[in-house]
Amino acid sequence: MKRQYSRALAAVSATLVLVGFVSVVISHKASAAAEGKITGTVKLDGTAPHMRGIDMSKDPWCVKQNSSDPAHLQLVEVGKNGGLENVVLYISQGLSGEAASAKPTAVPVFNQKNCMYTPHVLAMDAGQDFKVETSDQTAHNIHPNPNPLAGNIPWNQSQPPGAPPIVKSWKVAEMIPVKCNIHPWMSGWFVVVKGPYATTNEDGSYTIENVPPGSYTVSAWQETYGTQTQKVTVAAGAAATADFTFKAK
Amino acid sequence: MYTNLLSRSLFLSVVAAFWLSAASYAQLTTYQQEQWLTSPAASSHVGNLTGDAKAAALPYRRYCVGCHGPLGDGNGENAVWMPPPMYQQPRNFQLGVFKCRSTPTGTLPTDQDLFDAITRGFDRTNMPQWNALSKQERVDLVAWIKHFSPRWQTEKPGTPIQIPPEPEITPERVKAGLDVFAKMQCYKCHGVQGMANGPSASTLTDDLGQPIAAFNFTDGSRPKCGDTDQDIYRIFMTGLDGTPMPSFADNIKPEEAWNLVFYLRSLQPHNSFNAKEREIAHQLGLKPVNPNAPAQ
Repeated sequence: MKRQYSRALAAVSATLVLVGFVSVVISHKASAAAEGKITGTVKLDGTAPHMRGIDMSKDPWCVKQNSSDPAHLQLVEVGKNGGLENVVLYISQGLSGEAASAKPTAVPVFNQKNCMYTPHVLAMDAGQDFKVETSDQTAHNIHPNPNPLAGNIPWNQSQPPGAPPIVKSWKVAEMIPVKCNIHPWMSGWFVVVKGPYATTNEDGSYTIENVPPGSYTVSAWQETYGTQTQKVTVAAGAAATADFTFKAK
Repeated sequence: MYTNLLSRSLFLSVVAAFWLSAASYAQLTTYQQEQWLTSPAASSHVGNLTGDAKAAALPYRRYCVGCHGPLGDGNGENAVWMPPPMYQQPRNFQLGVFKCRSTPTGTLPTDQDLFDAITRGFDRTNMPQWNALSKQERVDLVAWIKHFSPRWQTEKPGTPIQIPPEPEITPERVKAGLDVFAKMQCYKCHGVQGMANGPSASTLTDDLGQPIAAFNFTDGSRPKCGDTDQDIYRIFMTGLDGTPMPSFADNIKPEEAWNLVFYLRSLQPHNSFNAKEREIAHQLGLKPVNPNAPAQ
């Protein structure tokens, strides 16, 4: 019985090594070829939980800005056809070191608008610059709270009306909660990943661009429902599909 | 019967230990920290004194371990008796996040900052002044504190902010300080009269999610990071990391910062620093900020 077990183990590990070797060869070969992409849709299965409204009475300016369209919590945002918004998709396994360390030049913007964060979830690459802006006529403080033992260092800066944008970056991949202490309902996320990423839009669809051909594990992260993974294979210059469904709780 | 009770309580304590270890940040081990004891970061320089972490092992055991714990994680055996918001929990040195710095937000403090914190103690907390220890002992303790956190292995302290010489106090400056207080909306937490009763004061929490109070300028307490004019300047320009108090370095110019210091002084009850500011504020008949007034 024991011998059988160890034999099976040996067979499995041999296969793993082989697969790993083959995928290394494939990804190495493919890095010169045209890059592909990963697209798909993220949906919510079931009724979306009720997102309660936000009482902004602490700050009359915020109340006024939201009087026509009252703000609500954004823990689960469901758009057209059950599409789930603000889900971050990234490649959690299979990226070559080269592809993982390539830095996009775009600068994602995190705006404080009408006493809410736009977008609620901001995805970025580790080491990529991002910008924090304010469009509000009330003072905010921008206070991300990463785990300093993991390598990202917390900071806390003020942004009174008309303050210049703050440009920062994060060192390592981490889901970092960010809040404003002055307006305790303001909470959002900096989702720092390694390599190409995408965030779902209103109808739950996404496209991860610039993916070198190869086999990958794609992860979908949603702040309330956690992470799901899926395996995809991207061919040169083509689009692979990975659809995700989160179950409503 | 007794054995049953004993085994049950044993089981419960094991469960509690697991729960506690899972609830806090990942713990560093003594082994890791011992390795850092031989690194260059395990020394300190304050003035012309050089501190050696190893020399502080004994003083730390004697004076600090009760609250800050053997691993420097702030979980000493006394820590459970300091529940927030009445008390503040002992500092967790492993995170390397410190309130009182001369360096920008998100950076490590200088050796001098840590030395000053030990010397000064923290008003309204269980951390006393340690100026009864010799200077050399305090400098050694600074080095010891640094050996607890991985951050000192890879990072250098930030560059201290520049504080221009303090200008002469004038009525114009005190008045301008009030305008800075209004523009930066300090009253959101500290209240229009500095009584820590602003609209957001009741919901403030620190980085570990514990309730925390805004500073009350009017009750005679001393700011935690020192009560000289330079200390107050530094507090709002660097922010108090780990707390809701942000850095205003990008938004307050050095000139304006001194004006704000003078205005904040006028909010305090009479003390050995603020006779002039109070007199000026009284003569000017300064009224507290009106948050509902139309923007100027």
